[in-house]
Amino acid sequence: MDLQSELAIDASRVARRFGSKWVLRGVSLQVRSGEVVGLLGANGSGKTTMLRILATLLKPNAGTARIYGHDVVGAADEVRRNVGILAHKPGLYDDLTARENLRFAAEMGGIPTRDFGAVLEDVGLLGVADERVRGFSSGMQRRLAVARLMLRRPQLLLLDEPYSNLDSDGIALMNSVIAQTTRAGGASLVVLHELAPAAEVLDRTVTIVNGRVAEPDMATPYRESASVAGAIA
Amino acid sequence: MTWNEDWGRIRAIARKDLITERRTKAGFNSVAALGVTMLVLFGFAFGPDAQALRDAAAGALWLAILFAGVLAFNRSYQVELESGALDELLQYPGARWTIYAGKFISNLIFVGLMLAIVVAAGIVLFQIHIPPAWPILLATLLLGIVGLVTLGTFYAAMASRTRAREVLLPLLLFPMLVPVLLAAMSASKALLGGDLMHEASAWIRLLIGYDVIFLVAALLTFEHVIEV
Repeated sequence: MDLQSELAIDASRVARRFGSKWVLRGVSLQVRSGEVVGLLGANGSGKTTMLRILATLLKPNAGTARIYGHDVVGAADEVRRNVGILAHKPGLYDDLTARENLRFAAEMGGIPTRDFGAVLEDVGLLGVADERVRGFSSGMQRRLAVARLMLRRPQLLLLDEPYSNLDSDGIALMNSVIAQTTRAGGASLVVLHELAPAAEVLDRTVTIVNGRVAEPDMATPYRESASVAGAIA
Repeated sequence: MTWNEDWGRIRAIARKDLITERRTKAGFNSVAALGVTMLVLFGFAFGPDAQALRDAAAGALWLAILFAGVLAFNRSYQVELESGALDELLQYPGARWTIYAGKFISNLIFVGLMLAIVVAAGIVLFQIHIPPAWPILLATLLLGIVGLVTLGTFYAAMASRTRAREVLLPLLLFPMLVPVLLAAMSASKALLGGDLMHEASAWIRLLIGYDVIFLVAALLTFEHVIEV
């Protein structure tokens, strides 16, 4: 199958509730390989829940979701091999050093690499490689989480507000990781509150309103909408 | 996943937990302090009669290990929850039972070290004479903590997905631990007293059966416990 035409994400009528409250009410979403899609919506609209379902961290109560053809419930392990998630919390161990955190990730992911110097240099943390994460700023922790993501090189990136706490260099680093994944034939779904940091990598946006994808005319190709906005201005 | 990869994951989790514990020390120190303090209090409660102290030693030791163990089990998953690391842990491909196995090994080493401290304190405080059958007593203690850690690690994972985990863990764990505590305490008491009635072996067989059944059950069902 041609990777470029392959559906990285194929979600159909995904619904999820917490207790009696429905957070997702039937979200359908397709993302092709090579695409970078921004997921927008107000706080509590269900963006993170959708991301967690696609990452197999939550099971949907209804609907189906496939990642590169693998069902997120029935073939969760296959999905996990293809997906890398950058959650809102970095998921690092405070009392391990940066290098030890990467070593742990490599061992858990079955990655043979043991030389973490290069990836730490890429994210600008080589100088603090052997310091405990507890002393890192939130931006440095985010960079280390990005390094962990780079180590795994997943086909699909699921990024939850990846630009938060990052400076301009960090934003450029994040965009470079997204661009590298796209060039390698992968795809990215990025939860965003602001479009500006992702402007150079984003292909289109999808908006979730009250647990549903907004009307099709609101699932706007990003560059198209930007040019329309430019013309109006 | 091959066995080598599974073992690599188990080793990684156990090593990570032990490094974290060694660096923070707070967990081990507080848990060991609790265990020893309980023994001291039991010692005062039973009074100066040496024989009464020796008779009560096995029960006091196991109670101290139980309460200190519960703190340790809760802490084992607290580290994962602090910065969202549990989600990251669940996102790695591979069998979920390896997470349980890694945590089981690190908790076993942790509780084993605590056991050594509590037993050493118990020997002094309760004037325990080490019996000739001390290797069997040692095996009994190890079988006891294997049972304790098997269920403690399992139920702590279950409780970690809830808000009231500190309250929930003892509620779930204590009733399930009655057989293992009863067997471990009875076997220990019999062995410390010279095992004149030859009753220790029956309790030890019960401990072995309990450990095997619950360890296999925990490994097989862990995936369902940890998922949301």
